[in-house]
Amino acid sequence: MPEQTVLEVYRYLPDEETEPRFQSYEITYRDSWVVLDALDHIKTEIDPTLSFRWSCRMGVCGSCGMTVNGEPKLTCETFIRDYNTETIKIEPLAHFPVIRDLVINMQDFMEKLPTVSPWLITDEDKPLEAGEYLQTPAQMARYKRFSMCINCMLCYSACPVYGLNSLFTGPAALALAERYNLDSRDEGTQERSDVVTAHDGIWRCTYVGECTKVCPKDVDPAGAIQMLKLSYALDWAKSLVLPGRGR
Amino acid sequence: METFQHDVLIVGGGGAGLRAAIAIARDHPDVGVGVISKVYPMRSHTVAAEGGAAAVISPTDSLDDHAYDTISGSDWLADQDAVEILVENASKELLQLEHWGCPWSREPDGRISVRPFGGMKLERTWYAADKTGFHLLHTLFQTSLKYDAINRYDEWFVTSLIVADGRCQGVTAIEIRTGEMHPIGARSVILCTGGAGRVYPFTTNGNIKTGDGMALAYRAGVPLKDMEFVQYHPTGLPGTGILITEAARGEGGILVNKEGRRYLQNYDLGQPLDINDPNHPQKQTMELGPRDRLSQAFIKEREAGRTFEGPDGDYVHLDIRHLGEREIDRKIPMVRELAVRYVGIDPVHKPIPVRTVVHYMMGGIDTDTNGATSLPGLFAAGECACVSVNGANRLGSNSLTEILVFGARAASVAVDQAGQVPPPSNQLLTTSARSQEMKLKATLLHPNGGSDTVSGIRTALQETLEEGAGIFRDGATLERTCASIAQLQDRYEKLSLVDTSRTFNTDLVAALELGAMLEIGEAIAHSALARTESRGSHQRTDHPDRDDDGFLRHSLAFRGEGDPTIEYKEVTVTRWPPSERVYGRA
Ligand SMILES: Cc1cc2nc3c(=O)[nH]c(=O)nc-3n(C[C@H](O)[C@H](O)[C@H](O)COP(=O)(O)OP(=O)(O)OC[C@H]3O[C@@H](n4cnc5c(N)ncnc54)[C@H](O)[C@@H]3O)c2cc1C
Ligand code: FES
Repeated sequence: MPEQTVLEVYRYLPDEETEPRFQSYEITYRDSWVVLDALDHIKTEIDPTLSFRWSCRMGVCGSCGMTVNGEPKLTCETFIRDYNTETIKIEPLAHFPVIRDLVINMQDFMEKLPTVSPWLITDEDKPLEAGEYLQTPAQMARYKRFSMCINCMLCYSACPVYGLNSLFTGPAALALAERYNLDSRDEGTQERSDVVTAHDGIWRCTYVGECTKVCPKDVDPAGAIQMLKLSYALDWAKSLVLPGRGR
Repeated sequence: METFQHDVLIVGGGGAGLRAAIAIARDHPDVGVGVISKVYPMRSHTVAAEGGAAAVISPTDSLDDHAYDTISGSDWLADQDAVEILVENASKELLQLEHWGCPWSREPDGRISVRPFGGMKLERTWYAADKTGFHLLHTLFQTSLKYDAINRYDEWFVTSLIVADGRCQGVTAIEIRTGEMHPIGARSVILCTGGAGRVYPFTTNGNIKTGDGMALAYRAGVPLKDMEFVQYHPTGLPGTGILITEAARGEGGILVNKEGRRYLQNYDLGQPLDINDPNHPQKQTMELGPRDRLSQAFIKEREAGRTFEGPDGDYVHLDIRHLGEREIDRKIPMVRELAVRYVGIDPVHKPIPVRTVVHYMMGGIDTDTNGATSLPGLFAAGECACVSVNGANRLGSNSLTEILVFGARAASVAVDQAGQVPPPSNQLLTTSARSQEMKLKATLLHPNGGSDTVSGIRTALQETLEEGAGIFRDGATLERTCASIAQLQDRYEKLSLVDTSRTFNTDLVAALELGAMLEIGEAIAHSALARTESRGSHQRTDHPDRDDDGFLRHSLAFRGEGDPTIEYKEVTVTRWPPSERVYGRA
């Protein structure tokens, strides 16, 4: 059944205008449409100047995060039919500089990510001939959830701490640090500790839990940060009792 | 204008591109490497791959079996030397991924688990639940962050190859954020730009899969090989084209028509085994037949009026209910997630509606087994390349393996060659970028009052390709498609954009992509018209038989002033002479 609605879309065209504004588009949509379909419809049929990012349209590439009626959402997974407000307001993700329209600048995250060493760290290189590292399903289950992050930036956009202080390493990057720390193949917990426990690392998190609430992939970054706090606090306590310990 | 230089420049940050970059940074720390990608690398479409990656690890399996399955799956059009390289290096590459942290699914004892896949005789598909591509890409991306030597250009769009003195010496590219054109010089360039499914109206491919790299090579005089072979996947969701992975059938899912019959038994794919039989699903028969045959069967069922009719086109049922909730959630959770979300059906309780959908390009940039093209200094790997291991029909789960094996391989040869030539001159780089910039200003960014739009031309291209170069084709419809693409190209020549701004101009990006899509469409249609036989995914109703005497050869499309010229090149046969493809017959 086709239905009508109005999309109120944040527009910012720095080449021409100094201030952002909202532009309304009246659209006819189908029950099966997600917000991204409506934006694409606007771009192809009404106004080709509207800019936004997207690719997979199946909730896995992480490109299409925006603020929909005030909440951070993956727009390819967010159905128009679920909004019965008169208009639907689409804005760029909060807490990031806007490049244009709905496109945010996420360079900050791209620079933070490598600082937590999100790769497998081992004391020795295991040769390929030696085969795989054995890892039971139970061992994998310990970190699997934290490995599901698609870097969509919804958690940064929801995090009040990051909103106030963009030096905070932030939920997604820290969750990835914990993903590797918990991997039975990894020996890098100590190496990650400097950045993870630094001034703007885990201790900044006040456990508001907004990141976990908005995460479209059920990663639970807030939980990851809690686990990091616990394990590093424990390490620290142990190091007081057993000096010289640690890798 | 700033200019940049690297020894080796990789275009593409998907699986192939990142694997190549790591190969260089790890094994050749003194070589400067750049990676340029029109999206952040982890957005590349490798991320969408679901089912798995093939490599022999089971003691009962053998490299020869994997090679044979691939070759017969390709309807004997694959180059057998390339296939042997693929299967020999496959498990090494997948293990390497494991050592970098990829969470491959495991057996209870901690060993790697493998699942059955279409056209494969044995279980040899490694998987990370049903988000294999996602885990593979993020593992590669995160591992690549370890190497400071990898210089990335994220969200830069390559517009042309810089060719001088008979070799490729870099690229020109637009930094999308600022809209500025820059040259990036290199002594070797590797194209890892992925596929082109977006040239069709209904596809599993993301918005970015527009064949740019293939078009870059084609315009530089490098032929596109076997472009007539387009893979339709048998199980996409109606409406969106979102893929329901073949793993659903690998785990035991069945395909049923509107009469409740497992219709594949009518198409020489063997007899159905009861779903409760311990041997179900039976490898290489019925639902585990190859994709070309299954997609063709769907069209025949539709012609016979035995498919369901829906608002988003005809469909059949993929039924996985008998697997039970636990197995579904453990092995193919994303199938459930996608079906519930996008068609409102929980496959635990109801069959999933599915239809055929464009999925993969077997064809691509003509390369040798090292990824080298006919243009010195230019290499290609991954879905944009045609080595060829896929021939006339790719087997599912061979592609993720291919991008790793040939990504790494092309990297090492590109490094060798880079050492033998001088870097490009600054003057060459700046004049190349300037001329690209002037061209843009004189064409797309030059307001001329025309009313044509990117989406208008794009939709027309997609429709004419589906009409003329779909699952079944014939000479008459192909000729019409060739003619209408020529007209669309004329329209494109005159296209000017409403949006002439520079900051993150996505209409400009889409217009440049459309330019590439038209080249790809042209190559597909003309190659399909010239191949007057039926083989694998290329089914000519006016030439229904395979013709080995005439066409056991690769087509090569060369760009011309008007229509492309189509030439042919021998297929490499090493140990497996062509014979009949047999599925489900003893
Ligand atoms: C839904 C889906 C499921 C699949 N499942 C499987 C599976 O289970 N098993 C399997 O083996 N295969 C599968 N495939 C196929 C496989 O995923 C792809 O063939 C493979 O991932 C392609 O990798 P690639 O590195 O060649 O290209 P991509 O991952 O597509 O990367 C292309 C890169 O090139 C860049 N690029 C392109 N054009 C430009 C330009 N003009 N300027 C700058 N950069 C550019 C892009 O930004 C991107 O980084 C699947 C495909 C789809 C669509
Ligand atoms: S478009 Fe890829 S996550 Fe939405």
